[in-house]
Amino acid sequence: MAVALVLVLIVAGSVLFHILSPWWWTPIASNWGYIDTTLVITFWITGVVFAAVVLFMAYCVFRFRHKEGRKADYEPESRKLETWLTVATALGVAVMLAPGLFVWYQFVTVPDDAAEVEVVGQQWQWSFRLPGADGKLGTSNSRLVSFDNPLGVNPDDPNGQDDVVVEAGDLHLPIGKPVKMLLRSIDVLHDFYVPEFRAKMDMVPGTVTYFWFTPTRTGTFDVLCAELCGTGHGYMRGTVIIDTQEDYQVWLQEQSTFAQLTAPEQVSVAGDARR
Amino acid sequence: MVEVTPHANNAVPAAEVADVELYHPKSWWTTYVFSQDAKVIAIQYSGTAIAIGMVALVLSWLMRLQLGFPGTFDFITPEAYYQFITMHGMIMVIYLLTALFLGGFGNYLIPLMVGARDMVFPYANMLSYWIYLLAVLVLIASFFAPGGPTGAGWTLYPPQAILSGTPGGQAWGIVLMLVSLILFIIGFTMGGLNYVVTVLQGRARGMTLMRMPLTVWGIFTATVMALLAFPALFVACVMMLFDRLLGTSFFMPALVELGQQLEYGGGSPILFQHLFWFFGHPEVYIVALPAFGIVSDLISTHARKNIFGYRMMVWAIVIIGALSFVVWAHHMYVSGMHPWFGFFFATTTLIIAVPTALKVYNWVLTLWRGDIHLTLPMLFALAFIVTFVNGGLTGLFLGNVVVDVPLSDTMFVVAHFHMVMGVAPILVIFGAIYHWYPKITGRMLNEAMGQFHFWVTFLGAYAIFFPMHYVGLVGVPRRYPDIGGTSFIPDSVHTLNAFITVAALVVGFAQLVFLFNLFWSLKFGRDAGGNPWRATSLEWQTPTTPPPHGNWGDTLPVVYRWAYDYSVPGAPEDFIAQNDPGPQTGHVAGPA
Amino acid sequence: MSVILVFLLVVLGVAGWWLSHQRLMSKPWLEQGVPAAFPDTDVTGMPTAKIALGIFLAVVGALFALFASAYFMRMDYADWQATPLPSILWLNTAILVLASVALQIAVIASRKGHDDTVRLALVTAGLTTLAFLAGQWMAWRDLTADGYLLDGNPASSFFYLITGMHGLHIVGGIVGLVRVGARGMGGRNDENTRLGIELCAMYWHFLLLVWLGVFVLLAGWANDFIAVCRQFLI
Repeated sequence: MAVALVLVLIVAGSVLFHILSPWWWTPIASNWGYIDTTLVITFWITGVVFAAVVLFMAYCVFRFRHKEGRKADYEPESRKLETWLTVATALGVAVMLAPGLFVWYQFVTVPDDAAEVEVVGQQWQWSFRLPGADGKLGTSNSRLVSFDNPLGVNPDDPNGQDDVVVEAGDLHLPIGKPVKMLLRSIDVLHDFYVPEFRAKMDMVPGTVTYFWFTPTRTGTFDVLCAELCGTGHGYMRGTVIIDTQEDYQVWLQEQSTFAQLTAPEQVSVAGDARR
Repeated sequence: MVEVTPHANNAVPAAEVADVELYHPKSWWTTYVFSQDAKVIAIQYSGTAIAIGMVALVLSWLMRLQLGFPGTFDFITPEAYYQFITMHGMIMVIYLLTALFLGGFGNYLIPLMVGARDMVFPYANMLSYWIYLLAVLVLIASFFAPGGPTGAGWTLYPPQAILSGTPGGQAWGIVLMLVSLILFIIGFTMGGLNYVVTVLQGRARGMTLMRMPLTVWGIFTATVMALLAFPALFVACVMMLFDRLLGTSFFMPALVELGQQLEYGGGSPILFQHLFWFFGHPEVYIVALPAFGIVSDLISTHARKNIFGYRMMVWAIVIIGALSFVVWAHHMYVSGMHPWFGFFFATTTLIIAVPTALKVYNWVLTLWRGDIHLTLPMLFALAFIVTFVNGGLTGLFLGNVVVDVPLSDTMFVVAHFHMVMGVAPILVIFGAIYHWYPKITGRMLNEAMGQFHFWVTFLGAYAIFFPMHYVGLVGVPRRYPDIGGTSFIPDSVHTLNAFITVAALVVGFAQLVFLFNLFWSLKFGRDAGGNPWRATSLEWQTPTTPPPHGNWGDTLPVVYRWAYDYSVPGAPEDFIAQNDPGPQTGHVAGPA
Repeated sequence: MSVILVFLLVVLGVAGWWLSHQRLMSKPWLEQGVPAAFPDTDVTGMPTAKIALGIFLAVVGALFALFASAYFMRMDYADWQATPLPSILWLNTAILVLASVALQIAVIASRKGHDDTVRLALVTAGLTTLAFLAGQWMAWRDLTADGYLLDGNPASSFFYLITGMHGLHIVGGIVGLVRVGARGMGGRNDENTRLGIELCAMYWHFLLLVWLGVFVLLAGWANDFIAVCRQFLI
């Protein structure tokens, strides 16, 4: 009796917790509303299944608990019932999977007009690089990383000279334009994670990974690292600011390019070579 | 009915009966320490696993204290925190759950349940335990080594696992961890071969595969999987050890650590992740399948009803075992692997939900029109179903590739896997201990302490991990010692975290009651008799309880029926033991 | 991970074949008594040790299949440069084949009761196996002398790692062979000795097979095959 009651209370409590609790995902700030929709579908289906199974169990415990003289039924199996349940489950699973795969297809298909932005992770800070006027990012290599060239940008690549480099600073992005985030790490695994954008991806040293999204709301958002990267993992924070187009241009003008940042160093390297 | 006298047919393996000399140990040492009796080895495995598990439990308290009350405990530095989570995870998954289910329950139950005198290779079985103990000691040694244990997270992802930015990365910690894992795998392989071959070759006459209790099916399939999956971890460990000690670049790309260019170059961290999860995902089912099997038997016995859909249950175990080898990359949706893999692995992952769901249905359908005795094992079985269904369903979020993207690496994942492969299997372990303790010791565990232990553990664990999903939904990432100030996390989350911590402490302390009960009942427990639950399977039919080395006295049992003849219409009692030629209610075996 | 998946498919095939004889579709609750009519469902008459060794070899096979998988995955990265194989490996291969043949002869001779031949064959097998290990050691020295070091290119790292792992398994086999040999040398030709020799032969044949696989892998002959497979996959 008590056991059945507790089982019912667990279902009731879980549902009430879900409805009443103040803890829910952060308001979305990107185009990935579909992900939220898929998640809500999954919540409904799984919630119904959970309640159904536990309530059925509660009923069984209440109705068929041991009493003097009770004897259990003898029923080895029921092919019909089991087939029916299998089909129903497969259908439920398909209803969750189909929209999931559909949205995943969009997630991995980057629109052609997406602007490229590079994020570079290192223990334990974020840096960013934007293509300059030529719209192309220069090549890079972690072997080239040095005190003067913290992102390892290839100094011989003309495409890289006008790249805007933001070392350990805030990233600004214009609202409403799709962005392809190119993710790179120069030491260990990191993961560029902004909860409001929904999208995230690991950054793997040695390769460039990516994801894309379109910012849909201006504001300031926290960047966290979501892949354990050593002692400072919990303190690896950054900021992304989604601007209006005008504010973005103003910010962009204030940034320095790779050429400007390395100019004095270039001279000294040339000087070394001559000597 | 076919008349059979034991040993009349040479299909009974000769090795099983011949070497009876072994079953009469000569000294205290060979009886209790260097014993070759699977039952003693089982208790050694279980005792060691529970002991090291208590260490992991204390570690979980420490990390919960930090999460619930950040900044209060000065000694929990970020380094210490990462060491705690790493050791907690690794101990719980490998050294507690795997060792206890396979080394503990496997050793105790397989020979008894299939009607064998012992494992087929008792010496290798003994060696298996001692190598396991050595692995545990090496693991413990890392707590005392310079630099402390590794803090790389239980996944040990390179490059950080072997770099100085991670606790133990450039010190002893990671090396001892890898060596300990390699030892564990070697030891396990010896034991695992025994469990598999005993099921194949040690079965008593009449014990066909389809008459085996589902416990044996679960442990058998899990062991086969473990034998094939652990080599992946072995390869990953050896290669990482080479990278760390000998300067190879299997997993290590060119990288700059804290401004310093390292010698490594060209390697692939993703390669490690593939190897790790090729082991890691089957590992989930290596823990889950024995739990599935055991819980089936608990429900059937205590509901006095045959397990509903036995055949389907067997097929589901085998299918889940096979499928679990092609879902590994669902742990890597956001790892940067080729995104097209997402389609394949999301599909396989959700397909595996179907046989798993079917098992759940069959458990609850077994309760339908049963005669449910709400004994402690039954209570734990019911609690298992609640937590397993809960944790399994959140798995559908994480398996569905695009839903995983926002949730991966958040507390949602932590809540999910603790519910499904932490709480649920451990509830089964408790249920199983309450169920088989009378066979192991001849005495019942104390009921009052058991009830207290059950309610606090079940409701407490649910109170820990159910709300934790919502912490993850808010966006709190895992492996953060202190989430600190962010724009998206409301203060109420900190209150919730403190609540979870208090619940975790309470649940932890309740386990001390359980441990006390284990020892108290040894002396003061009610006398159990040979078959207190009136169960059908062979282990309850031994001539003496606790069974001695050799299990069966002079004659091996002969099996006449499946393991689930409960409440058979027309039978005088509500159970018929497997070795009972008994009243005939069905057809005689034979070519139909 | 293609190699290990193919390997597991084979294991699954064997397991499935065996399970298909276990009457998994039967309804056990309808059948009482000892099912003497279905001999397949009882334990087999095969020696337990042989079955155990078979399963152990499946585990060893999985191990090397995983090494091969890792090898192919690592090969895709830009820094890979194939290591030229020392020519002594051809000789080593021949020696290992000889050891395998010797053990097969020992198996046949022990069945026929030719104790002298058994002794000769066991000694030959032991010596050729030791010669194989010495040859592998020479191969390592040749490579090191030519500048292909363990911590150099990943191709040579894999060479040392995989051949070393194979060598360790051979060493383990020698321990078993010595134990069996001690009995065989004493002129005992009982059932246990015969079984021991058969187990050794089985293990040697399997390790020879593994070695041939490793050889093909390290020589790079498998690459073209993989390239063809890739075309079908993508």
